Amino acid sequence: MSAFLPVMSVVVALATIGAAFVAIRVDSLPVAILSAGAVSLFASVLFLILAAPDVAMTEAAIGSGLTTFLFFFVLGRVGGGEQDND
Amino acid sequence: MILVAMAAGFLLILMGLYGALTNRNILRMIVAFTIASTGVNLVLVSVGYIAGRTAPILDAAVPVAKAAERIIDPVPQALVLTAIVIGLGITALMLAYAFKLYETKRTLDISKFTELKG
Repeated sequence: MSAFLPVMSVVVALATIGAAFVAIRVDSLPVAILSAGAVSLFASVLFLILAAPDVAMTEAAIGSGLTTFLFFFVLGRVGGGEQDND
Repeated sequence: MILVAMAAGFLLILMGLYGALTNRNILRMIVAFTIASTGVNLVLVSVGYIAGRTAPILDAAVPVAKAAERIIDPVPQALVLTAIVIGLGITALMLAYAFKLYETKRTLDISKFTELKG
């Protein structure tokens, strides 16, 4: 039980880095936005491991939920924005 | 644990800066900035962590008399809580500017905005 939290933190940190790599390198813009939301979600699990439950709740609700909604709202208003995405 | 979270935070900051500097699409740059700000928050919370202590919530497991020696410092967590909300405001402002730029030029490619080039 005592080794659970360090192992869990390593796994979640690797998942966070992987999601950030996908968000920066992927070609499709909606997949990049969703991966950025996944980065916030994994980071909120890391906040929970670091004994900060209030920060974890706020990060999951605002950093992951509301930010992703805002990005998709603007993405819909600019018509995808993919036509000049090299 | 604290070193893992701190390394992940610094790596997120570097990846966010790389993405913001190498992408030409404005929306992709804003996505990279949100990743960098998540990394900054992660580093700040891991700086305030003290090994072997628990969350700063007073309940049956943490009586008020013993609180000072059993809970971690709640001040960095309060600062990061504020930083998350302000980060949402900054992201919304950047997205609003991106939409206004798209309305005037009908493109999101940063290399096509050349009005200020000398």
